[in-house]
Amino acid sequence: MDLASAKMIGAGLACIALVGAGIGIGNVFSSLISAVARNPAAQPQVQPFAFLGFALAEATGLFGLAIAFLILFVF
Amino acid sequence: MALELHPLEQFKIEPLIPLHIGGLDVSYTNAALFMTIIVVLVTALLVLGTKRGALVPGRWQSIGEMSYEFVADMVDTNSGHGAEPYFPFIFTLFMFVLFANALGLIPYSYTVTSQIIVTFALAIFIFMGVTIVGFAKHGLHFLRFFVPEGVPLLLLVVLVPIEILSYCIRPFTLSVRLFANMLAGHTMLAIFGGFAASVGLLAIFPVAIDVAIYALEVLVAALQAYVFAILAALYLRDALHMH
Repeated sequence: MDLASAKMIGAGLACIALVGAGIGIGNVFSSLISAVARNPAAQPQVQPFAFLGFALAEATGLFGLAIAFLILFVF
Repeated sequence: MALELHPLEQFKIEPLIPLHIGGLDVSYTNAALFMTIIVVLVTALLVLGTKRGALVPGRWQSIGEMSYEFVADMVDTNSGHGAEPYFPFIFTLFMFVLFANALGLIPYSYTVTSQIIVTFALAIFIFMGVTIVGFAKHGLHFLRFFVPEGVPLLLLVVLVPIEILSYCIRPFTLSVRLFANMLAGHTMLAIFGGFAASVGLLAIFPVAIDVAIYALEVLVAALQAYVFAILAALYLRDALHMH
């Protein structure tokens, strides 16, 4: 296997990290929706935490995406 | 690659005023220029905006007061009492990161927070400051922070190293989170921009995707500044109140 194709495969593998971010973000917002549906008065209290959770979950996936970009365009 | 893409070129640091002091390269770079712009902008917004001190605030004064109240509220709820002396630090952090992220969204500008060294410098100073605060407030008793309560002695052998590791890894996760967000977002914008340049009339699709990503990036820019500041506030709570 030559280096160019190995880089492509590696970048593709690194993008698998985004699966976890997708599941995580979906989980955060589904929990937010069910929480607010049960108790609409709690929305101001739970919404900041939901966005905090969204940002934290999204970041973990972006670690993988950043690695994929680094493999493709730096090395 | 079939396409000639150079999406990482936007992160290149170029010296504007070359300066070497004793073998050290301390040139004034484009990153330094944008950090200067950020500091000037934040200072101008807060100083000039609130100069009149009107009872009914105007537009600029409103922005200044709202950002102040937003962070003050955040520090109040997340750091517990006794955190008021550290509010200026958290507020400065929030405004700096927010302006760095927001300025980076302007085309052809430079995103300071896409440099790992910038975010890592911020994070390591938060980490050192918080640790010093913890030891200054609790003395050696602060080490109890690493020992969970009500755990059998045998489990402690495993848990204490994990606690210490998860504490020491904080500056890395804090800095890499902000850096990776900015790097990935701006790289994606550049990649789809590169597609648009090479497919002729079909360019409307990559451009549409770019618009959507840009909207997400605006959200991410504000959100990551918020997350950076709130995590600093949470770490401070750990040092002040231990659990």
